[in-house]
Amino acid sequence: MKKGRFGDFGGQFVPELLMPPLWELERACETIFSSPAFQQELTGLLRDFAGRPTPLTRCDTLSQELGFSLWLKREDLVHTGAHKMNNTLGQALLAKHMGKRKLIAETGAGQHGVATAAAAAKLGMACTIYMGAVDVQRQASNVSRMKLFGAELVPVDSGTRTLKDAINEALRAWIVEQADTHYCFGTAAGPHPFPTLVRDLQTVIGRETREQAVRQFSRLPDAVLACVGGGSNAIGMFHPFASDPEAAKVRLIGIEAGGTGEPGCYNSAPLNLGSPGVLHGQFSMLLQTGDGQIEPSHSVSAGLDYPGVGPEHAWLHSTGRAEYHVVTDASALRAFEILSRREGIIPALESSHALAFVLDKPSAFAEGSHVVVNLSGRGDKDLDIASKHLSLLQGDAACTP
Amino acid sequence: MHPMSLQQRIEKAGNEGRIALIPFITAGFPEPESFVRIVRELDASGADIIEIGVPFSDPVADGPVVEEASRRALAAGVDLDWTLRQLADLQLEAGLVLMGYYNPFLQYGLERLAQDAAGAGVQGCIVPDLPLDEDGPLRTALVPHKLDLIALVGPNTDDERMRAYAAVASGYVYAVSVMGTTGVRRELPMEAAQTVRRARAVFSLPVALGFGIHRPEQILAMSTPPHAVVFGSALLRHLAAGGTAGEFMEPWTKRAF
Repeated sequence: MKKGRFGDFGGQFVPELLMPPLWELERACETIFSSPAFQQELTGLLRDFAGRPTPLTRCDTLSQELGFSLWLKREDLVHTGAHKMNNTLGQALLAKHMGKRKLIAETGAGQHGVATAAAAAKLGMACTIYMGAVDVQRQASNVSRMKLFGAELVPVDSGTRTLKDAINEALRAWIVEQADTHYCFGTAAGPHPFPTLVRDLQTVIGRETREQAVRQFSRLPDAVLACVGGGSNAIGMFHPFASDPEAAKVRLIGIEAGGTGEPGCYNSAPLNLGSPGVLHGQFSMLLQTGDGQIEPSHSVSAGLDYPGVGPEHAWLHSTGRAEYHVVTDASALRAFEILSRREGIIPALESSHALAFVLDKPSAFAEGSHVVVNLSGRGDKDLDIASKHLSLLQGDAACTP
Repeated sequence: MHPMSLQQRIEKAGNEGRIALIPFITAGFPEPESFVRIVRELDASGADIIEIGVPFSDPVADGPVVEEASRRALAAGVDLDWTLRQLADLQLEAGLVLMGYYNPFLQYGLERLAQDAAGAGVQGCIVPDLPLDEDGPLRTALVPHKLDLIALVGPNTDDERMRAYAAVASGYVYAVSVMGTTGVRRELPMEAAQTVRRARAVFSLPVALGFGIHRPEQILAMSTPPHAVVFGSALLRHLAAGGTAGEFMEPWTKRAF
């Protein structure tokens, strides 16, 4: 496969002025990142600062009802509450070794912004976070956390004033500041080498899951599931299975956000409902109009609210190695409530999408099988949003219709 | 009779002892109804080449002025189809170049774009998010229709990279004056002069300088001037404030550079 490509997908569709910093990062990936000393330092940070490894927890109550074992990979327990820290610690450490003094990042829901700001604070780097003005309003507590970590927050007022516009603004800032600044991209998307770098940093999820599966139930899982926005938690879970012929029978199931699910509504499901195109430096699946304008996306979970998806998912979708389905806001909210009540774990609304697929379609899994859902983040951040909707669902926490 | 090529147009200006003028205007700006009139006015006011911006929802190489123009045009229903229809049969003195992001071109179809653009009198394309490594498919589509794919280089484009562009480039070279987006700076940084000097040394094509150009004094101060200048944000700002294209062009045309 051509460098930076996953089948036809991927590439480097950026202004010429961004090519030199991308090459610089590529070289750093080949030299610094792959060195044993760097990997050892990163492993230490992930263990002692971020709290890895995270457990693989069996949902005993739900498993009994479902007739198969439902396991959760507990990325909600990573420091700052989501898998994002796996990526930001790695990129911050790499940037520091590259001699950069500052990190910039985009954020939608604020989780990546918080994780970047925390990594910057830990490693003594300056940090600026670009966030859509709409998201600044609806994610106030994460804004406070970023500021507490010492990050400068720049509200972005252009376009739809959400995640995609924050990425545009961060890319513009990187053109200006590239000499001493690293762009800590938040998901396994964007121009090469980000899809590969972010994936490599997130594969710790899938590698741990494999080992824990063998240790805890003596074989590989029958299926692993993850929600897909940009797709970093999913590719981190999938890649160790997708790249190993011995794991060819492990089903890889990605769940996209369907929004309200009404015909013609905005959604965040480019793999299922989009078409191929170029945005943010990559050729991948996109939500767009017939003449190539990017459409607004929508999901109740801000972390999935993005009109594009990482190129490796587009490729796994096209080859059929992974399957991708759509789950609506209402299903995700129901799963959010069910897991909280039955298992004592509040899942992020993002992760609730993956969970909802299992709860809504138990017939998709054989009796006695082992199914792992990547619980990519914790849901405390979503209580405000959930409480607006969940009054409608009170008392309806049964997992089978 | 064949029209002059883009390269010939800039060289002709040089032969007349002046720097070629390349105004940029977003398609459908300021209103779809007045767009063609303004293009004609730019043509009549001494433009050598006119760059027509194809609006895109996510213009990552542009500053706030061009982005806002793009947003307004999209809201008014401007697309590539409409743009090409407006340009057809204008019979301008100036050459026409389409400047647009890759995705709208890709969705239109690269072959179809080349054919329809050539049919509308367009002589070249500038695609700010399509670097050398990714431009093969578009270049292949443009060549049979004799359309130039304009190379963009900047202060951080080293000589080796410029030579790689020079091996395939045609038309002219667009030198980006600053490490930044369009229309943001008031003054040209030192690196602009160095970029122009290096590009002139590497390319056999004429060099046009753009990004942040708003008054002739900026260019007069340069010891190695570019062969052409591009102005976009400054012109859009002038038009948005109610000024005319002719007024904007006047200080540029009355000076002998």
